[in-house]
Amino acid sequence: MREAIEGSAAIAKAVAMCRPQVVSAYPITPQTHIVEGLARLIADGDLRAELVSVESEFSAASVVLGAAAAGSRAYTATCSQGLLLMTEVLYNIGGLRIPVVLTCANRAIGAPVTAWNDQQDSMAMRDTGWIQLYCADNQEAVDTTIQAFRIAQNAELPVMVCVDGYVLTHTLEPIDLPSQEQVDQFVPPYRFSRALDPRNPISIGNLVTPEYYTEARHAHHRVLIRARDEIISADRDWAAICGRAWGGLLTVDGPAEARVAILTIGSVMGTLLDARQARPELGPVKLIKLRSMRPFPVSELIQACEGLSDLIVLERALSPGGGGIIGAEVRSALFDLPSKPRIHSFAAGLGGRDMPLEIYARLLERIAQPEPAQFAIFDLELDRLPLQER
Amino acid sequence: MAIEQTHDVNELRRRQPAFRGLDAGHLACQGCGQALAARLVTEATGPDIVIANATGCLEVFTTAWPRTSWRVPWIHSVFANAPAVASGIEAALKMQGRSTKVVAMGGDGGTFDIGLQALSAMLERNHNVLYVCFDNEAYMNTGVQRSSSTPHAAMTTTSPPGRERMGKRHLRKDLLSIIAAHHIPYAATASVAYPSDLRKKVRRGLAIDGAAFVLVHSPCPLGWGHGGELSIEVARLAVQTGIFPLVELERGSVASAMALRQVRPVADYLKLQGRFRHLFDGSPAAAEELEHLQALANHNIELYRLRADTPGARDSEGADTVRRGGLRWA
Repeated sequence: MREAIEGSAAIAKAVAMCRPQVVSAYPITPQTHIVEGLARLIADGDLRAELVSVESEFSAASVVLGAAAAGSRAYTATCSQGLLLMTEVLYNIGGLRIPVVLTCANRAIGAPVTAWNDQQDSMAMRDTGWIQLYCADNQEAVDTTIQAFRIAQNAELPVMVCVDGYVLTHTLEPIDLPSQEQVDQFVPPYRFSRALDPRNPISIGNLVTPEYYTEARHAHHRVLIRARDEIISADRDWAAICGRAWGGLLTVDGPAEARVAILTIGSVMGTLLDARQARPELGPVKLIKLRSMRPFPVSELIQACEGLSDLIVLERALSPGGGGIIGAEVRSALFDLPSKPRIHSFAAGLGGRDMPLEIYARLLERIAQPEPAQFAIFDLELDRLPLQER
Repeated sequence: MAIEQTHDVNELRRRQPAFRGLDAGHLACQGCGQALAARLVTEATGPDIVIANATGCLEVFTTAWPRTSWRVPWIHSVFANAPAVASGIEAALKMQGRSTKVVAMGGDGGTFDIGLQALSAMLERNHNVLYVCFDNEAYMNTGVQRSSSTPHAAMTTTSPPGRERMGKRHLRKDLLSIIAAHHIPYAATASVAYPSDLRKKVRRGLAIDGAAFVLVHSPCPLGWGHGGELSIEVARLAVQTGIFPLVELERGSVASAMALRQVRPVADYLKLQGRFRHLFDGSPAAAEELEHLQALANHNIELYRLRADTPGARDSEGADTVRRGGLRWA
C-alpha cells in the first residue's frame, strides 16, 4: 500500500519489519528521525527489541557488534562525525565479519563544521570491509534496508545502507511499504554460524601474527567480492515478492545508442533523470547508477561502458590532494579496455550545495572541451574565495 | 569456631574447583598476576558465561591464533569498547531469553583510561554484566607506561625518576569512588593473594541482577620489578599495608572491608619492587615520597576502618588460610 511518509520514518518501519532484536544508536542529525521512529515502535510494543541508548557512536557500533556476535539481529544508524567516531569499531566489525546493518544518513564532515549532505562520511569508510549500498530514493532505501538484513545474514558480513541526509531522510514521498508477511518470507530467522555460545565455546578476535594475517585479509577480501552474488540475488528475490528491482550492483538507464553517460551515486540520480527528460535536445545520454560501492562491480561497469565515447563521473565527495574517489576507481576499472571512453571526473554538491536540474546541461557542455577533466569540483564559485586561495 | 585441619594433598586437590575457563598453555610471563586472577575469576563463574575482553596482555597471551586458552565463549573487539560489547551481548541474550551471564574484562589501561566512558555508560544503564578489571597499575602490554592507575612516585618508562622527577607526578585515580558514584548494586576490590575472597566476590557480583564491578590487584613481575615467585607476597603486602584495601560496596556504600590484623609499613611493600627503588636512595626527596605513600595507606586504613580489633578468620592474616588449616599466619 502506498502512503506519503518521511524517508526516515519509512526506513524505521522497514528496519522494524526485519525484526532486529537489538537496536543501538546515538543522536546525530540527520539520522535521528530513524532511531526516534524505532524507539516509538519499541515503546508501543510494535517491535520487540532492546533499545540500547549509548553515550557515543563508538559504543553504538560496539553494542551491535556484541549483540550480533551473540547471535541476534542488530541495527544501528549514524552519519558524518558519528560515523568517523565509529571508525575503529567498523573496521573491527568488518574484519570479524559480523552481520550487522547500519544506515548512514549521508552528511558532510567538518572542518569546516557543517550539518548538510554529501557522501564524504561513507566514502571515508569504504575500506572498512563492509558491503556498501547507496540509494537513489526512499522507495529504494526501504527495499535496500530489507535486502541488507538478508545480505548480512547470508554473507555473514556487515552492510552499510547509505541514504542522502535531508534529501532523502527528511523528504516525504509516496512509498509502498511491504507487508510484514512479505518481509518475514524474505528475511527468515537465522542462526549465526559463529555465535558466542557456552554450549559451543569459541574465541573471536584472537591475536593474529604475520604467519596468518595476510591470509585473514585475503579471506575477507574474497568473501566481500563474492558477496556480489548475494546482493544480486537479494534484489532479484525481493523483486519476486514485491515487484520492485533496483538493479543489483548497478543500473544503466537510457538508449542503447547513447555515446555519453553520466555515472553517479545516491539521490542526484533523480535530478539527472528529470533533467534528461526535460532536455531531450541535448541528445541521447545513459545514466549509470552505482548502487554497490563495495564490492565494486568491475565487470558490470565494463559492460555498462561498452561503446561509450565519454563517461562523466559525478560524486559528492573527494580525496583532497588526490581527486575523485569513485572517479579514480572507475578509471582503474576501465583502464585495460582496448577502446575506453574519455573519463571526466567531477565532485559537486559538497556540504549540501544544491544540485539543480541545470547541472545536467552544464556537464554535457563541459565535455565538449578538447581535454577531459582529470578531476575538478564542478560547482565551485571561485569568487567566494580570497584571491590567494583561488 | 571450629578450625578444620587437613594436610591430605589429594583431598586438597579434590577441593580445587573443577572448572577453569582459562586453561594452561597460554603465553603469560612467569608469576603473572593477571593470568592467575583471570583463571580464578572463571573458576568462580563456571562455564555458563560469555566474556568480552578489552585489548591488553590477557587477550595477547591467551589467544595467539590458531590457539586459544579459553574454555568459555570469548570475544575481543578493540581497546576501549569491552563494556559496550558486553552491553550488546547482554541485550541479545536477554532478547533470546537466555540466562547466560556476561563478564567483561580489561586491564587498568582499558578501564581507568581509554574504556572509562564506555564503562560509565554500561554502569549507568545497569546492564546485567560483571566487569572485572585486572589492575597491574600501568600499560604492561606496550612495555610499562604510566596509566592513571599507576601509584604516585612509581617508575614506569613514561614516568622515569631523574634529576628533576621522583617517578609519577600524579596521584593514582580513585576509580572505586567513581564506580561508587554510579550506585550500582555491587562493587568490590580483590587481590590474587586472596583467591577465596576473590572468587567469593566474583560469585556475588555474578549473582546480582544488574551491573557489578570487581577490581583485582594483579602484580606484574616485569613491570613492577620483582621476581615472579614474589607475586603473591607483593600482592598480599599491598593489602596488609593498606595501600590496596579489599572492600565491598553495595549501591555505592561500603558494605564490608577486610580487616588488617597486623598493619605492615608501606616500605615493606615498596622495597620488594624495582619500580620504587629510587625511593630508597636516602635523599630528602625520596624520604618525602615515602612519607607521602605511607600517608595514602594511612588514609585508606582510616577511611575504610581497616584496623582489626580482634583476630578473625577473614582478616588479612586469616583469609584464605581456612582450607589449609586456618589462621596459618596468625
